Amino acid sequence: MNKQELVAYAEAHGLSRMGARPPLWNYLVEVWQRREFVIAMSKFANEAQNARTRLGKWWLILLPVFQATVYGLIFGFILDSARPDNFIPYLFTGVFLFTFISSSFTTGSTALTSNAGLIRSLSFPRMMLPLSTVIRQFLNLVPVLGLLIVLVAIMQGGLKLEILYLPLVIVVLVIFGLGMALVAARLNMQLQDLGKLIPFANRVIFYTSGIFFSIENLLAGNPTLLAIAQWNPVYAIISLARGALVVGYEVDPWMWVPSLVWALGLSILGTVYFWAAEERYGRD
Amino acid sequence: MAATKGKASGATPAQPNDNRKPIIVVDDVHVVYKIHAGGRVATPGADRGGLLTKRTKLRTVHAVKGVSFTIYEGETVGIIGSNGSGKSTLMRAIAGLIPIDQGDIYATARPSLLGVGAVLLPALTGERNILLGGMAMGFSRKHMEEASKKIAEFAGMEEFIDLPMRTYSSGMSARLRFAIAAHRNHEILIIDEALAVGDAQFRARSEARVREMREQAGTVFLVSHSMTSILDTCNRVIWLEKGVLRADGDPQTVIDEYKAHMDANP
Repeated sequence: MNKQELVAYAEAHGLSRMGARPPLWNYLVEVWQRREFVIAMSKFANEAQNARTRLGKWWLILLPVFQATVYGLIFGFILDSARPDNFIPYLFTGVFLFTFISSSFTTGSTALTSNAGLIRSLSFPRMMLPLSTVIRQFLNLVPVLGLLIVLVAIMQGGLKLEILYLPLVIVVLVIFGLGMALVAARLNMQLQDLGKLIPFANRVIFYTSGIFFSIENLLAGNPTLLAIAQWNPVYAIISLARGALVVGYEVDPWMWVPSLVWALGLSILGTVYFWAAEERYGRD
Repeated sequence: MAATKGKASGATPAQPNDNRKPIIVVDDVHVVYKIHAGGRVATPGADRGGLLTKRTKLRTVHAVKGVSFTIYEGETVGIIGSNGSGKSTLMRAIAGLIPIDQGDIYATARPSLLGVGAVLLPALTGERNILLGGMAMGFSRKHMEEASKKIAEFAGMEEFIDLPMRTYSSGMSARLRFAIAAHRNHEILIIDEALAVGDAQFRARSEARVREMREQAGTVFLVSHSMTSILDTCNRVIWLEKGVLRADGDPQTVIDEYKAHMDANP
């Protein structure tokens, strides 16, 4: 029986080819149908992670607070008079949101490599793995955001009306994080050397995105560089969040453009890029 | 070996005039692993020493070499062969879990693989693994919450179900995984050594369940080194050796041939 006869024979008896990648739309429908699984897996994985430490969930809040405090002391001291206005709320907003981005990037990159057992024993759209890591990071972000709002309210003696923008900023942030996780997951599966560069990439993002200093002040004399720096999605998204929370900063409507272009562009590209290699996941 | 590879057993893609209903067609399947093997290789010439000869080498392992067969409705197929013969690799390929390098695999439904190496999430409790495993198979969370007690009972694990799976013995976790997979009626189920673990009581229970699934028109593959459990449950046996199909047909005949081969090559 040659190839054509085989295909005809298979078709006549209702057989379909195994391991074939479904069309993108059907693939996404399959992911949507299993959303209960993705959400449960994200929650359970977080719980399991927290269960092994005494303070458990409290670490989610304690760690970013320690980080922000140390950064506040060090950079506050180094920068001295060059500190951005309203420094502590400015810095905390930056550090807390950056934590989400860097951890989505890091855990997204190991979504496939650290779940080899699951991949080789159950069949499901593999996109659910990076998706679940981003949901995990989002679930971790919620208490951190709550704390941030409380801290900012105490320090500023109240909140701004612009806080109404915050949920929208968070949606953009999560979509952007998903795009990063999808791209990183495939890249790291195929070339594990890239995984070694991720901590480094995170540091570069940290130092170039104005987490603890003001890019506007720094580049005030150089409009070209400033325009380029404002296309940095991490900077754009964080500056929107600052506009929503920190007194003395405004929600610059222009900042929505780089934020949305990056978030939507990267997540759409990331989805297609991840799906394109679906048949190849599961190899050591 | 040629005697059992004949037409009657349905080796190599089916005869078009055969009116049995095919469930799985495996046609000239090859699987090649490419592994970056670090360190030195013990070959003549490698002893020139020095750090420079130490390099990463790309090794290829041809695990499955052109295997073909057709499985028909109502067959329970035993897969035998010595360690490293490509049994598990072939089964994973049939389940669509690892990509194949050449050939085609067709099936009426996506086969579900139940293997010893298949760990769900070791950090989670048995109960959570039941929920997740069931949801991954497509059940709703509500359904799984209701069914979880029954599944734990089948596995005989009610006592430990609230402990993380990493604390289970290999027999306990294999039992639990079998119980999860057996919760659903699979059209095509591949069981990799699962029945070999567990105590006599559990073995009897799981064999009864396999028979039940078979009666419900499901097709079952059983990969095992236990010839007794293959003879008890299968009505067709495929023997793989070094990635090549050596024999395919009546269980007793193929097993006798396999045993003769093993005795001749100790």
